[in-house]
Amino acid sequence: MDTVATQQSSLVSQAPDLAERTDLVPIFIMGKKYDVPSTFTIQKAIEFAGYQLIRGCGCRGGICGACATVYRKPGSAKIYVGLACQTVVEPNMYLTMVPFFPANRAVYDLEEIKPDAQALMKAYPELAKCMGCNTCTKSCPMDIPVMEYISAALRGDVEKAAELSMSCVMCGICASRCPAELGQYNIAILCRRLTGRHLRPRAGHVQDMIERIESGRYEDMLSGLINADLQTLRKLYVEREMEPHTGDEMWEPQEKQFL
Amino acid sequence: MGYTQELLELIKQVEKTRPERVARKKAGEEFPALTLDQRKDRLEKYHPDYRAGGLRELTVGPSKGYALAKEIADQFEARSRVDPERINLDEVHYETDVLIIGGGGAGTAAALMAQEKGARVIIATKLRHGDANTMMAEGGIQAATKGWKDSPYYHYLDVLGGGHFENDPELVQTMVTEAPKVIGWLEKLGCMFNKWEDGKLFTLHGAGTCRKRMHYAGDLTGAEIMRTLRDEARNRIKDIGVLEFAPAVELLLDDKGNCSGAVLYNLETEEYFLVKAKAVVMATGGCGRLHIQGFMTTNHYGATGDGLVIGYRMGVGVRFLHATQYHPTGAVFPEQAEGLLITEKVRGAGANLVNIEGEQFVFEREPRDIESASIIRECTKIGNGIPIPGQAGKFGIWLDSPMIDMLEGEGTVEKEFPAKFILFKRYGIDISKQPMLIYPTLHYQNGGLEYQPDCSTNVPGFFVAGEVGGGVHGANRLMGNSLLDVTVFGRVAGNTAGEFIKGRGEIGKLNVDHVAKYHKELEDAEIVTDRVSPMVLPDYMTAEVKKRQWTTTYVGTVR
Repeated sequence: MDTVATQQSSLVSQAPDLAERTDLVPIFIMGKKYDVPSTFTIQKAIEFAGYQLIRGCGCRGGICGACATVYRKPGSAKIYVGLACQTVVEPNMYLTMVPFFPANRAVYDLEEIKPDAQALMKAYPELAKCMGCNTCTKSCPMDIPVMEYISAALRGDVEKAAELSMSCVMCGICASRCPAELGQYNIAILCRRLTGRHLRPRAGHVQDMIERIESGRYEDMLSGLINADLQTLRKLYVEREMEPHTGDEMWEPQEKQFL
Repeated sequence: MGYTQELLELIKQVEKTRPERVARKKAGEEFPALTLDQRKDRLEKYHPDYRAGGLRELTVGPSKGYALAKEIADQFEARSRVDPERINLDEVHYETDVLIIGGGGAGTAAALMAQEKGARVIIATKLRHGDANTMMAEGGIQAATKGWKDSPYYHYLDVLGGGHFENDPELVQTMVTEAPKVIGWLEKLGCMFNKWEDGKLFTLHGAGTCRKRMHYAGDLTGAEIMRTLRDEARNRIKDIGVLEFAPAVELLLDDKGNCSGAVLYNLETEEYFLVKAKAVVMATGGCGRLHIQGFMTTNHYGATGDGLVIGYRMGVGVRFLHATQYHPTGAVFPEQAEGLLITEKVRGAGANLVNIEGEQFVFEREPRDIESASIIRECTKIGNGIPIPGQAGKFGIWLDSPMIDMLEGEGTVEKEFPAKFILFKRYGIDISKQPMLIYPTLHYQNGGLEYQPDCSTNVPGFFVAGEVGGGVHGANRLMGNSLLDVTVFGRVAGNTAGEFIKGRGEIGKLNVDHVAKYHKELEDAEIVTDRVSPMVLPDYMTAEVKKRQWTTTYVGTVR
């Protein structure tokens, strides 16, 4: 019989010599000791220990924010934070994942809401409770100056808040640590969407192109390509004019009949 | 931390040839690109798709006789996770107009459009809403938005050339003509694309493009799009419900043969429950976590091809699943970053690929399959790969990112690739000064379920959008066309499903007869296996741990 054991062999063979590794270090997962390879991320270490992750695991590449983790090291009061998929284990660290943390989220109509301090305060009145303790910034695994963008939001500098928070992965550690009970990351995305929608000018060329398409300008050109034989297509492909790598933005091709 | 002494020595070779390579680039001299015939030869000799024994013919289902990756065939030739006899079809837990399976870019875009058509929507997703490959797409989204140098005509040609002219022409037509509308829509939803003061969008080349039409938001374009769409869905909470940690494991039909919902699995309580819906949009994405041919992958944790499996079981055929995309540049050092995607934008911005001697061996903007095959060739046949410390027999190639600062000015790498810059910095590597060590990594499912330009399929009420569908990319997708695929076809599917429900009468009596029928087919084909599918989550437990898991049957409280 063809069994699951053989089906899964290709997965396990991803790291064939795991069991024979000699560089194991002790870590404490929610207080319980496991010996794991010293070069592993916390995420791989948890799996190495035998856990099947359900929550607390998403992109495995440091961008989805599913695997927020907090840890301490022996002999120190300091709280460390990191994304489990990005942080390498350290001997004797003791850790827990925070796969979910509730945060207030306002419902709003992006078309109606104004990009100013008043609108932000209305959506998130708790903004006013920020006491400037900077715990959020210290606990951000993406090194975002969280408190600075919250201050910017308070001042009504929506664009600044948007720029400062651009690499936020919405993992929620800031919200879990905030003594003023803010859900910083929800405030941040509101600022970014306000900036994208209301504070930055729209791209005129996009609207122009949409009008061209809707006028039917490209229909014949495209049906020409759809009906072309392989030889013709290959020729058109090979001979198409290349925009130079270092060319000027306003570069124009010689051939203009298909624009 | 940082590079080992051996690697630091080898980097000197890259530094030696760098000034001359930068000078050539500045002068507009590129490494010669392969001709179409040379491309074919390179693929046949070195691309993993062509490796002997990699593909297997299906013995059951609508695409019986079609040879595809054997890891996918294993999923298809497996029994349901549930005994169809045990499903209580009289107990419906949720009822909605449109059920969307998958909470990534395609699913969320579909939800927004269906809601705008007046539909009540449920998104069922395996992990959290937004945990998807969309979130991880870094480089950008293609669209011909600059009428003074580009048009859907050229975009179409690029897509076809990248896909080896095998693409479904009508799907491509839909994608390239809808593309500019998608950019306008995302802008309106507040996506912060990089742009000039006057609002003009920044665009770059991607591999295989003849015009610079890659729009981007730093190196987190997918994240910016995903979190914006998700945020908007959350604003419409009255009409769009989200069920997280609830993967679909089978589809439901009614007695008229219309798709009418799905069986969901609560990952935490291990219960199954039913959603009855007038239309179902399948948007589960790809299958990188099946680790085809044992390759590492850039895909997110849930990419196990669930939608392919249950769609196929219901009778929807598949195409282009023989072609898997290996992204040329996955990180191979340090070990903790292994498999991590290094966006193609790095090459789009001018970084060369160089071997152990510091020499170029391929044009850095070949389509992905050609680029990957060339890297594999350099490391195997030619033997000019860089040995990876501590991993005997494994090799990589240098991606010379410091060239970008020399070409575009100091600080460009940090500004344009902030996420990767910070990440490598944490590992003691400054990618604006030191090259990255890369090797091809399993990245994208080029093919999938068969669907029409309006996202409909051969099963009424069943619609397909995004990576789970096959045809638009032919045998090889170009960079920037996956974010485009999910947003274009997500929107189309939402619109089509939103219209479909208006004309659909009452849902008839529900059944899962197709599952029993499929089981019968497996038996008739003499497939004897204890495999069940969809896989739902990959299994990364070590053999050591498994050896000590002595429970034979799972009864009682402890699992």
